[in-house]
Amino acid sequence: MFVSRIQNFIINTGKTLLPLVFIVIVWQFIVVIDKLPPYILPAPLLVWHTLVNNVPLLFSQALPTAFESIIGLTLSVLVGMSGALIFTYFRLAREYLLPSLIISQALPTFAIAPLLVVWFGYGMASKIVTVMIMLFFPVTMTFYDGLIQVNENWLDLAQTMQATRWSALRYIALPAALPALASGLRLAASWAPLGAVIGEWVGASQGLGYLMLNSNARLQVDMMFAALIWLIALALLLFFVVDRGMRWLIKIR
Amino acid sequence: MTQCHSPGILLSKASLRFNQKILFENLSFELAAGKITCLLGPSGVGKTTLLRILASLPLAGRGENKLQTLPATVKKPNPDELIVHYDEQEVVCNARIRTSDQLPLRGRLAYMAQTDLLLPWLSLLDNVMLGNLLRHVPRSQSQIDHAMHILESVGLAEDAHHKPHALSSGMKQRGALARTLMEDQPVILMDEPFSALDAITRYDMQTMAAEKLQQKTVLLITHDPWEALRLGHQIFILRGQPANLSAPIIPPMMPPRDITDEALLPFQKQLLRELDLRISVT
Repeated sequence: MFVSRIQNFIINTGKTLLPLVFIVIVWQFIVVIDKLPPYILPAPLLVWHTLVNNVPLLFSQALPTAFESIIGLTLSVLVGMSGALIFTYFRLAREYLLPSLIISQALPTFAIAPLLVVWFGYGMASKIVTVMIMLFFPVTMTFYDGLIQVNENWLDLAQTMQATRWSALRYIALPAALPALASGLRLAASWAPLGAVIGEWVGASQGLGYLMLNSNARLQVDMMFAALIWLIALALLLFFVVDRGMRWLIKIR
Repeated sequence: MTQCHSPGILLSKASLRFNQKILFENLSFELAAGKITCLLGPSGVGKTTLLRILASLPLAGRGENKLQTLPATVKKPNPDELIVHYDEQEVVCNARIRTSDQLPLRGRLAYMAQTDLLLPWLSLLDNVMLGNLLRHVPRSQSQIDHAMHILESVGLAEDAHHKPHALSSGMKQRGALARTLMEDQPVILMDEPFSALDAITRYDMQTMAAEKLQQKTVLLITHDPWEALRLGHQIFILRGQPANLSAPIIPPMMPPRDITDEALLPFQKQLLRELDLRISVT
């Protein structure tokens, strides 16, 4: 049983990694055959060396990005869930605010990021706000959909059982909406570092986005790739933590 | 049985208009105290609506947002009289509800629907105790014991800690019956509770329900004449458009009846004739 689980894990990991390994090999091949200079496309091996030799630098730049992502994500979840509850229970909010909220999503976050730097400064605040503007909407909409689509017959039953508004929400609608909320949160978790980096591109003095912009300007494309890999790792880590947390919540609800 | 004082219920002046179409007008019928009353009729005739009026449930569904609906307006002109008025977008409905003990019906009824409505994330035991959870009654050992006792009486003691998906459809509906009994209310409203079951399971469930629901005032909605004959102390037939109600049909013997009994044959014929069902092809 245990051995077969390890076997399964190795096989599944192998299936995940195989296409990546293939891409890296093709990449290395192209660089060697075409003799591309490292400032156009660095070889995977060079990126690996940069990655290994600059751990302290990359770590110190990843830290603020991770901080912005996590705080931004947490606030998005709080604001997003509150928004969903407000839209669920207040008809006026639903009628007056929901349409403009949906329209506002047509505006790309990238386009207003410079404004956010003007309003919230060069520091972390503007990045956190960028993350929030990107993420709270998917959280709101998935949670709201989950809440309003609860099986109405359950609510009929709850009504005959003299349930209060709160207990019907707490014991029926909320657990029923949890899987929908989980997909929103997974989406949000994997996007959070992207939001932080967009904020950093527009104006920052630290972070992975700042490092990428800086390296790009100096034609250190290998460093750009190294920063990208850290960014991917950060997104995956957040996704993994949120995914596990939500699975656990769904299991114990 | 713990409840010996189940009230009789008189529903009168019930009218329902759905999309300008009159489904019924000025209907009256009485649920006899401590007896099973069957409301028999074809689908779409408004049987479920009559049950939902008694339970003050929304009539036109809960709309797009299930958590926020307009409740029925309830007026109380006299202490023993309740006027329910719905004015949802397409539904206009009025009815008067009186109880024989002059106490309101609210909080004294339990509801059993066509599907089991067990919450998939709760164990069977927690599902049976759902009413207490929703009313914020603290969970006590005596209540757990009581719930286990009820589960045992419907033959589900060993499945108490299983989730609903591990149960067969018959077991799920027995779980729903256990949850209904756990509510320990004098009035039970049942909306075709056995219609989704296979014939064998249904027969078992009917026998079990008749045994467990003694002394309770029960409204059983059904479109199955044989179910009505098995379970109803009295049977009303609702049919036509706008619908009208037959005089009460009271078959001999006590439920659960043996429908192969010859004394019931004329009643079978009567029910089929009143439902306009042709018995043979010619």
